Amino acid sequence: MSILLTDISKNFGSFSALEHVNLEVPEGELVALLGPSGCGKTTLLRIIAGLEHADKGRVLISGEDKTAQSVSQRGIGFVFQHYALFRHMTVFENVAFGLRVKPRRDRPNNNVITKKVHALLELVQLDFLHDRYPDQLSGGQRQRIALARALAVEPSVLLLDEPFGALDASVRKDLRQWLRNLHHDLNVTSIFVTHDQEEAMEVASQVVVLNHGRIEQQGSPSDIYDHPANAFVSRFIGQTNIFDLDEHDADWLQTAGILNPRTEGKIAHVRPHDILVEKSNSGYAASATVKDWQHLGALIRLELVKNDSNGSTAPVFAEMPNDQFKQLKLHRGDKVDLRIRQAHWFH
Amino acid sequence: MNAITHPINPAKLVAPKQQALQDPNWVRWSLITIAVSFIGLFICLPLGLVMFQAFSKGIAAYWSELSQADMLSAIKLTLLTALITVPLNTIFGVAAAWAITRFEFKGKSLLTTLIDLPFSVSPVISGLIFVLLFGAEGWFGEWLMAHDIKIIFAVPGIILATLFITFPFVARQLIPLMQEMGNQEEEAALSLGASGWKTFWAVTIPNIKWALLYGVLLCNARAMGEFGAVSVVSGHIRGLTNTLPLHVEVNYNDYNVTGAFAGASILAGLAIVTLILKTALERKQNNR
Repeated sequence: MSILLTDISKNFGSFSALEHVNLEVPEGELVALLGPSGCGKTTLLRIIAGLEHADKGRVLISGEDKTAQSVSQRGIGFVFQHYALFRHMTVFENVAFGLRVKPRRDRPNNNVITKKVHALLELVQLDFLHDRYPDQLSGGQRQRIALARALAVEPSVLLLDEPFGALDASVRKDLRQWLRNLHHDLNVTSIFVTHDQEEAMEVASQVVVLNHGRIEQQGSPSDIYDHPANAFVSRFIGQTNIFDLDEHDADWLQTAGILNPRTEGKIAHVRPHDILVEKSNSGYAASATVKDWQHLGALIRLELVKNDSNGSTAPVFAEMPNDQFKQLKLHRGDKVDLRIRQAHWFH
Repeated sequence: MNAITHPINPAKLVAPKQQALQDPNWVRWSLITIAVSFIGLFICLPLGLVMFQAFSKGIAAYWSELSQADMLSAIKLTLLTALITVPLNTIFGVAAAWAITRFEFKGKSLLTTLIDLPFSVSPVISGLIFVLLFGAEGWFGEWLMAHDIKIIFAVPGIILATLFITFPFVARQLIPLMQEMGNQEEEAALSLGASGWKTFWAVTIPNIKWALLYGVLLCNARAMGEFGAVSVVSGHIRGLTNTLPLHVEVNYNDYNVTGAFAGASILAGLAIVTLILKTALERKQNNR
């Protein structure tokens, strides 16, 4: 089902958590609410769920106004960051809970409940744990049980609050892929909250970037990466080099080949992989000195110091594939020429 | 996974004989002796003495004291008081803990402080408050007299005083636990479509039940054992407004030692049962 938020505002005392947020999530999408901590993303998710009520604005799910409805009436599935499994119930009873609390006329009989719960547990590949208690499970298992529990009531939308936040790195990687596949199979409109841009880019079909209670940009991951709407989004999504013309990087940038006569802004953001590095042989390129480098798996990140720049002394980062780096045979202290392929300009 | 082997000489891994946190023998034994003799002198000896005095004239005398009409009425009144105050304070306690740990409202810290008030005020003063309110000279005294309602020097006064004194026990047990648990499980239940009432019974109560029982137990022990506040409002009318602790005092003042200690033995027995149950509950709570 589609979700439509219009002009949502929320204050906690004098702190304004959300300001005039408008958001449309088309049916079947897997959307990431991405932003630094305190940006209001969890509050927004809780407002969609009905766990929190907005001071202003309306929440529509598949065209129906749900603003005044309580969380138990909205028919959403919510997965909590710390799972919130019922600790005194077995895994089976946890998943069955949503079916057992239905009003009598909608409640399936015991056989149906049993079948459905086992089917859901198989879906999350944990049926063999059905008689365990939550404290006997690992974090990743708990998260999957929490997801099965939320899916049991066949929610119209699925909301996940930092679903991988409390897991260790390797489990997180597996679960991301798994969630993406699961969403593909179930096709239920889903929104998840995260502060990890990599996670958002990897899992979501749409990313909504939030900051200070406002939406900065909404779009597909490649949209957001290739065409950041403003400096905040550009900085937040992936690493970037920042050159400020007010800090006299202008000359240096011009020799690196990116300063147009018709300047588009005052600040240039350049992704590390948009900087080409060659061993110095004069010419039209800006020059820098190799300070250090780090292995990032398939890529090498070079840390460079600008030469002949009267601007800031901040290092410049460039990334290149491993084998290219080996061909260059660079050493610390070597002089290199830089060419900048592409920059994003901001005011 | 590959096991990582370190070239360490096993001979060097033998634990040192003297452990870091071990005191010399004489220190340990003198501390143990002090502790044991303190417990013996101040707890076991008096408890034994109560039982010894109660049975000093034989079991027959003990039974005849316990089956006196005044004694039976005192036991009955004590049970009645507990039967009314404990359920009421259980409900109040759960409601107060719920309100304090689940909602933000103005005056929350004031409420938290007020819950502790009965703990910090001397029981005698608690009793006097009720005399000042409902006594013959009190604020509502005239009105009550005109309508022929007796509170002070009657059973309602005893129940009111006991209610006041035992109010904090349940709430005090629940508040820290519910604060620590947070409300995510309850939110999860609501998001799955459960009503507030259903959530309370299916999720909240099972999570707090051992702490709740523990609070009820302490509340009950105090309701049965309260002396000071009840003494002020009771009027000490034998067979009518004497609870068991008050009756023990009456007997003692009458030089009826066997009677006094027979009553005391029941209260002591109650205390021991309470302690045993309390330990069992604590174990249950920790095992979860």
